Amino acid sequence: MLALKTLYQGFRDPQTLAKLATMIADEAQQLIEPIKIMEVCGGHTHTIMKYGLKQLLPNNIEFIHGPGCPVCIMPKERIDHAAILACLPNVILVTLGDMIRVPGSKGSLAEFRSQGHDIRPIYDPLDTLNIAINNPDKTIIFFAIGFETSTPMTAVLLEQAEKRGINNLLFYINHVLVPPAIDAVMADPDVQVNAFIGPSHVSVISGSKVYRPCVEKYQTPLVVSGFEPVDVMESILRIVRQKVQGVAELDVQYSRAVTEEGNLAAQNKNQETFVVRESFRWRGLGPIAKSALALNPKYSHRDAEIIYRDQLPNTEIDDHKACQCGDVLRGIVKPKDCKVFGRGCSPQTPLGSCMVSSEGACNAYYRYNGVS
Amino acid sequence: MSENNSKTVQLSHGGGGKEMSDLIQQIFFKAFKNPILHNEEDAALLHLSGETAFTTDSFTVAPLFFAGGDIGKLAIAGTVNDLAMMGAEPQYLSCSFIIEEGFEISALKQIVASMATELHKSGTRIVCGDTKVVPKGCADGLFINTSGVGRILRKGISVKNIQVGDAIIVSRDIGRHGAAILMARESLALESTLTSDCANLWPVIEQLIAANIEIHAMRDATRGGLAAVLNEWAAASNVGIDVQEDDIPISDEVKGLCELYGFEAHDLANEGTFILAIPQAFALGVIEIMARYGQSEHAAIIGSVTAEHQGKVVITTPWGSRRYLDLPQGELLPRIC
Amino acid sequence: MCLSIPSEVVELHEDEQSVTVETLGVRRKVSAHLIQDPLEIGDYVLIHIGFVMSKIDKSDALESISLYREIAEKLTASE
Repeated sequence: MLALKTLYQGFRDPQTLAKLATMIADEAQQLIEPIKIMEVCGGHTHTIMKYGLKQLLPNNIEFIHGPGCPVCIMPKERIDHAAILACLPNVILVTLGDMIRVPGSKGSLAEFRSQGHDIRPIYDPLDTLNIAINNPDKTIIFFAIGFETSTPMTAVLLEQAEKRGINNLLFYINHVLVPPAIDAVMADPDVQVNAFIGPSHVSVISGSKVYRPCVEKYQTPLVVSGFEPVDVMESILRIVRQKVQGVAELDVQYSRAVTEEGNLAAQNKNQETFVVRESFRWRGLGPIAKSALALNPKYSHRDAEIIYRDQLPNTEIDDHKACQCGDVLRGIVKPKDCKVFGRGCSPQTPLGSCMVSSEGACNAYYRYNGVS
Repeated sequence: MSENNSKTVQLSHGGGGKEMSDLIQQIFFKAFKNPILHNEEDAALLHLSGETAFTTDSFTVAPLFFAGGDIGKLAIAGTVNDLAMMGAEPQYLSCSFIIEEGFEISALKQIVASMATELHKSGTRIVCGDTKVVPKGCADGLFINTSGVGRILRKGISVKNIQVGDAIIVSRDIGRHGAAILMARESLALESTLTSDCANLWPVIEQLIAANIEIHAMRDATRGGLAAVLNEWAAASNVGIDVQEDDIPISDEVKGLCELYGFEAHDLANEGTFILAIPQAFALGVIEIMARYGQSEHAAIIGSVTAEHQGKVVITTPWGSRRYLDLPQGELLPRIC
Repeated sequence: MCLSIPSEVVELHEDEQSVTVETLGVRRKVSAHLIQDPLEIGDYVLIHIGFVMSKIDKSDALESISLYREIAEKLTASE
């Protein structure tokens, strides 16, 4: 019988981790060239940092922390838009967790909140329904962020608002998609990435099938991995084995939760609620075609981006010129090689996306680098 | 008192007249009674001798009642603990209430009763105080400030006094208060049997002093949790601190909350948990003394002080890797990725 | 917020399409709007921002865990 404790402790067992490290070191001796693994998802970056996995790996295996943190990739102008919406009279802006910390060009949403604007971080998008019901004379705007993982929850929120006739709830949609971001990273001829750890929860929703084109196009191994340290180490071992054999395959290590097809109910809700944008600008990577979602036009009566379009400027706001986040995200430079790293740019005063959140590559390097 | 015609605090209760006098006599004096307070002079007259510690703290917790305590218990234990952490026997406290108009009298009574219980446990007295009532919306229910003085029984306890080779001890499982408060917040909609660690620490500190334990530094890990205390110590004494993640006691419920929301137990606040830096030779003796007190029966040695990586705290994971333990940053918000 | 720990379904609220889940003694009501097949008490599920995202395949998880045990034991024996 499976107990909850076994279910997570089994995937964190120090002995198993040590053995996997030994196996990886052994088999990696046969590698002809170093492996530069990009983990696309911020959750994996967190695991790698928290459990110090880098220190358990041989020198010819490296991590490149990809654009997988929805907070980090939000361009400044979109954060500014959220702030503009929050400053409109009689508006309550609602968003998820640590989005309110990230600075736009005129400050973070937390700073706008301290000026008296009603901005509420929540954990569960459905809590927005109660905020709307309890404030019938206000307009509630849900600042929706996140990858495929968080998109169906926004769809359910909208569905419930429609069903229950809650008409004072609008949406400012910033949902983004993983596969186009992978394409954007790989499109650069200088890019160093030669293997991928595929996201856990994005894949739970989308299914592993969405990575098939990427594996075929770039002939790069991609292993969809769970979030626990043993999951990540086993996934690395599987990548090493593919490299040694000279193959590039789509493989699912996280098979206890990920299927080829994914969560169809969630995908249907997404289909019904959203359409793909022509293009979306990513902080650090620039515009990427078909990389984000917008509300389906049939819900334009709930689309804050349309309703308030006159108030939301089109200007694009780049990060500081010296910031090399784009190159860091592609694995072309290491965080510490960036000219502003640790000088102008630190977690307290981030200049670029990678320093913004604790899942960002530069932020992680800033805090964890140097323990010998 | 106007109990028969008013169940809530009115602006007139802070007006200096009859209603205010009733409120003070029938709620505060009744619960806190002692000769110095009853003198009702403009200031309390105290007899102090020797070196004296003096501290102040304001309490603004939301919600006011949580599993394992309330703002009243917190207001007494917090200030008593600050004195205790300096090796001072808590003697006299002051207490100010800022009450929002419309606050329930019954809730106020309950809070005052738990303050009285906590005073009794520590052997301290409230000798002066103040009450203000502010219009609705100008405060969040109730704010309490307490200040305290205490006679120093053990000199030399200081954040600057930590020596290379010292053992680092934590008095119990960490993160309970922060976790209990988060659980009590409506927005997370959580249920569990977890209670705050909120407690008066003087009884156990008194025993450590009586046993002649050489204490280099001692601090209760309130806001910022274990991570904040250790980082402050490493910086103030210019030493490195090494801790073993596996040795830090954490309850299942606190672990559960952290797993669900992406928090770290060492960032969560405590209100009855303290950290000690003492010479290794005393470490086992300290654990033995602490084990006699319910609140510190699971005290544990979690690390040691080193000359390496000065100013930093390094945590060794059960997986053999090492990383810096950071100061917690910003407000505690669930992680998004 | 991609957190990895599974939760156990301990109560069903079919009328409101939600379930109560428990993780290490902490309980929370979460939405079941994104799950097609009915959930049962004792199921292990992944939670994301207040929603059940998927059921964990218990036999698959057990298989992995026993595989890891084997790996650990085999290597210990060969050392």
